[in-house]
Parts: sequence; C-alpha cells; structure tokens
Amino acid sequence: MSKARLMQGNEACAEGALAAGVKFYAGYPITPSTEIAEIMAEKLPLIGGTFIQMEDEIGSMAAIIGASLTGAKALTATSGPGFSLKQENLGYAIATEVPCVLVNVQRAGPSTGLPTSPAQADVMQARWGTHGDHPIIALCPSSVQECYELTVKAFNFAEEFRQPVIMLMDEVVGHLREKVELPDAVEVVERKKPSVSPDEYIPYANNESMIPAMANFGDGYRYHVTGLTHGENGLPTGKPAVAEKYLERLTRKLDPYLDRIQLYEEILLEDAELIVVAYGGPARSALEAVHAARSEGLNVGFFRPITIWPFPQEALEKYAGRQFLVPEMNSGQLVGEIERVVGRRQVQRLNRIDGELITPDQILQRIREVMTHVQ
Amino acid sequence: MFSEIAQYFRTEALPHIWCPGCGIGTITAAIVRSIKTLQLDQNNVVIVSGIGCSSRMPGYLDFNTLHTTHGRALAFATGIKASRPELDVFVIMGDGDASAIGGNHFIHAARRNIDLTAIIINNSIYGMTGGQSSPMTPHDKRATTSPYGNLERPFQILDVAKAAGATYGARATAFHNQLLTKLIVNAYNNPGFSVVETISQCPVSYGRRNKFKTPADMLMWQKEHAVMIGQKEAVGEDFSIGEIFKSEAPEYTGEYAKLRQRLKGE
Ligand SMILES: Cc1ncc(C[n+]2csc(CCOP(=O)(O)OP(=O)(O)O)c2C)c(N)n1
Repeated sequence: MSKARLMQGNEACAEGALAAGVKFYAGYPITPSTEIAEIMAEKLPLIGGTFIQMEDEIGSMAAIIGASLTGAKALTATSGPGFSLKQENLGYAIATEVPCVLVNVQRAGPSTGLPTSPAQADVMQARWGTHGDHPIIALCPSSVQECYELTVKAFNFAEEFRQPVIMLMDEVVGHLREKVELPDAVEVVERKKPSVSPDEYIPYANNESMIPAMANFGDGYRYHVTGLTHGENGLPTGKPAVAEKYLERLTRKLDPYLDRIQLYEEILLEDAELIVVAYGGPARSALEAVHAARSEGLNVGFFRPITIWPFPQEALEKYAGRQFLVPEMNSGQLVGEIERVVGRRQVQRLNRIDGELITPDQILQRIREVMTHVQ
Repeated sequence: MFSEIAQYFRTEALPHIWCPGCGIGTITAAIVRSIKTLQLDQNNVVIVSGIGCSSRMPGYLDFNTLHTTHGRALAFATGIKASRPELDVFVIMGDGDASAIGGNHFIHAARRNIDLTAIIINNSIYGMTGGQSSPMTPHDKRATTSPYGNLERPFQILDVAKAAGATYGARATAFHNQLLTKLIVNAYNNPGFSVVETISQCPVSYGRRNKFKTPADMLMWQKEHAVMIGQKEAVGEDFSIGEIFKSEAPEYTGEYAKLRQRLKGE
C-alpha cells in the first residue's frame, strides 16, 4: 500500500529525509531551497529530532557533521551561493568520513545570479568544489517522485559508505508540483558500528570493505577526528607511507560499490542512432522530445544519468560510436564527461543559460538538425 | 605531577608539536585537571577545536576529540551539543580562530547561550602560520604582517562575549594555572555559553618581535600585569583576571527540549 499525494519537489525531498530517519537539520535560508528548512523546522521537534537555523552555510555544514558524529542522520539544504560556502566543510566530512546529506537546489549563477530561475550550474562544483582529491556522490532527480526516492537513497549511501552525499536538484524539480506515491515503508540503511571493544577499535581501518566501522561520540569509543591526513588510528601523520595508504583508500572507497551507486535510466536505445543524454529537470523535456522524434520516424534514444557523480561511464561506454546530444541548463558542464567517454566528435551540445527551462521543442529542433546531418 | 593526569592523555600521540616555552602545554594541563576535578566521565567528554597551534591540543587528549576547520569549532560543537545535550562539550580555540575567521560563530554561540565551555588561548598572534597579527594583537605590537606595529585596535573578547549574550566570562593566564583550573571548573558548571580567555605566551612568533628575551620574561609579564578583578582596576597594559561576568539566561538545548515536550502535550 502507498499513499498518493500532490507535492512539491522540495517537500518530497523533506519527506524522503524523514522516511530515511533524519534527526538533525542545520541550515541557512536561501531560495529555491528554503521550503526544506521550513518543513524540517516544523517536523523535527515532533519526532525527537533537532532543527537549528545557523548563522551561515559554513556553520550549517559544520553543525550537521557534529550531529552526525553523535549518531544522528543529518541534513542541510542550500542553493548556489550557499553551496559555495559549504565547500570547505564538505571536504572535511569527506576527509573524516562523516555521513551526511547536502541538498543543493540549483539556481542560475555565477554569484547571486538569478535567484528564482532554474539552472544546472553547479554540476562541476558538486564534483570538484572542495579542494583536494576526493570521492563524491551526487544524485540528480528529475521528478517529484524521485526527489523523495533519491533522498532516501542519499541517506542510505551516506550511512553505508561514510560519505557525504549531494542531492543535486534544480529549481525545476524543487518547485514542481506533481503526484507522488509515498510507500508505507522504505529500505533504510544504518551505518556500521564497531563490533569490537573500544580497546580494539581502529576508527580509520584500511579494511577490505574500504569502509571502516563508525562509533558515535559518547558511546565509549574515544577516538580522534581530524581533517589533517591521518593514520588508521585517526591521529595526524606526516609519514608519506601512512598518508598514501589513507588517500588510496579514501579516493577509491566507492569503487567496489559502483554498480550499486551509479544509477541511470535507458529508454529506446537499442536502435538509436542519436542518444539524448539529459539529467535533472531538462531530462523531462528531453524525453518528450525523444518520443516526438520517434513519432517522426527518427531513431533517437534517451540516456539519463541519475547518479551524476561518480559518472556512470561504463553504462554509457556501451554506446560509443553513436551520436550524442546533451541538453543542459548551463554552458556545458556534464557534457565534458560524455565527451570524455564517447569522444568529442560524437557529441553535440544544447545549452540554455537565460534562466528558462529548455523546452521539448528546442530539443526536438536540435534532434532534427543533428539527424539530417547524420543521414 | 603528570602521573596524576596521565590517564587523560594519548601518549601514543606524543611528542607534541609545540615550541619550547609555549604556554599551551600548561594550559592543557589546567584543562585536564579541571576535568579531573569535575570527575567527568571520559567517555562523555567531547573536545572540539579549530585550526592553529592551540587547536592541536585535543589530538593529545583521550576523550572524544574533534579537530575541525579554522574558525568553525563552535559551529561543529553546536551540532554535537544540540544533537546530544548530555555530552560535556569543551571547545578550544586560538585567538585568531575564535575572533577573526570564527567571529561570527562566536557571537552566535553566545547569543544562543548554548551550554559549551569555550576556552580561548590568547597568545596575541597567529602562531601556527608564523606570527601574523590577529584581531587580538595589542595595538602597536609587531607581527610579520604588522612590521611597523599593529595599527588596529584589538578585540576585548570577553566584552564581545558578554554583549552577544554569553552567561559566563573569565580570564586567567598560563602563569595563573591554579586559578585557570578553578575558572574552567566554574565555566563548566555554568549552564550556558561560557568563555574562559587564557592569556598565553608565544615566545617564538610573538615574544621575539616584541622585546621579550625569554619565555620566562613573558610569564613574568603575565604575572605583573594581571590584576584580580574587584581588587584593583586594570590600567595601561594591565588586564583583569578572575570571573569577569556571570549572569543567567535560558540555555538553547534546554529550550529545545522544552519545545519538544510542549509539542508532545498538544
Ligand atoms: C580557511 C583557512 N584559512 C587560513 C588557514 C591558515 N591558518 C592556520 S592556523 C591560522 C591561525 C592560527 O592562529 P590562532 O587561531 O591565533 O591560533 P594559534 O596558532 O596562535 O594557536 C591560520 C591563519 C587555514 N588553515 N584555514
């Protein structure tokens, strides 16, 4: 049994967080993400959780890391300018392997940009916004239903992999209202706690799973957490061999799990000569355009990365040799990945940066142009 | 005697990084002694710090310890305390850490009156980065980035704390170690945001540039210029030590707990 409800993307994201077991939210208001904070402010105290409005986004990111270290599933939400401010402590959470979820409802930038207009301007910032080599997971919903489902997944990934997860939404899905089916129960993953005594606990063990067990502060396992490069015992080190071991594990910790982390959708690909690769809000327009093109007899298919980081390159590699069209609400960000995987000559771009959604017509137009060229 | 407090140290993390003559070691001992005096459960104590020489302290201590980013210790600590109020949370910061890059978090932690015990180690300088001026470098004193003397006026961090809403403020020095221990105990016992400013010496990056020949000279300066609050007024280079202010106000996590309770009733 599930209940159908009419909901906004941001609301679905908040509901997904609650279903996943969120207990702590810290944030700073910013359009178009604020609804998430407002819902959390209302609901968290009702379920024994905590909401706090911090003095800025730097503090918000810090506070959710602190809360997560005490065992609480923790969430923050923001948009472009705030996402920039969160980067340093996002890096801290990655380095210290503290699970948390960071929602970025993207708006048009740079700087204050177009605060209420949609964009996909932070794709590369989500990947490389914080300094240093690091793994990251970023999920990109293109419907309200997915805002709900992927937020649950984001928490599950965060807990399982001791890894901050970015929900990279855009204003289109964040403010869209549509029907969602809320399941009665969802699969919820909890972080792995140590199974050994405090004396035997190695907080940053380089074990085979690549993911060390995590003790909560206050549970009797006293250990050190630092953003300095550290050894297995958590203490800072300057020894190259220890540093290398830590960084090797950290930067590759997601590798054994990629097939579960890299989510994507494939439609009408078998005979497709041209594949439209789209994600987030514009994927809706893209799919409509693909169907319209099919009804005109054009062999067009649709590939949608749902996990954009780590980019599902093997899935896309299967189609190397075909033509690609990549519509994005930015001046060309994820397209670089697609070019890297299938070759630059195979890829056409379609970019819109005026703060308006790319329309199905626009994409259909380009499909026709490219297809005449192909034939 | 170190053996009395050895149980609170991670001996495997030693030797420490501090220079000979640095004040942070004696301050560390005072903090640990106050925790011992308070008989706090080691498993329940969290020590959070920012970045700087002072902030390296938690790494040497056997508690739940969190060495965060520059200036952000109080924001991390706020998340810890708000999420799990039963934990005893101490926050260690340098003067630059607390008052420059962390100034915003400092005034808001004070405004919320959240039950954290904040210890600012004021060595008048950016120690870790080699002696640049901080917002707490005294006027006219020299630093690598104020080679002609500091043009700016320093913060009186306890005035800032009080104005922003903190409910306890005290000051001691590395020299006045017993007083410091007592003040940290009292700060912990205050149910709200408590600040203990500790005047410390950085012989390498501050002393050398400011006519202090030895670390001992700096300790003598602390001894000679500290005046006990209520006994004498602090003038010129003198500064007050002791309990500088104390008041009562609702504490953040307590208020949040009441909110949850109230909502249950509705
Ligand atoms: C965001 C950021 N900016 C700058 C630095 C470099 N930095 C490290 S410690 C420090 C200042 C330390 O001075 P203080 O806070 O007074 O502590 P002390 O070292 O004197 O104990 C600075 C500027 C940094 N680590 N992070």
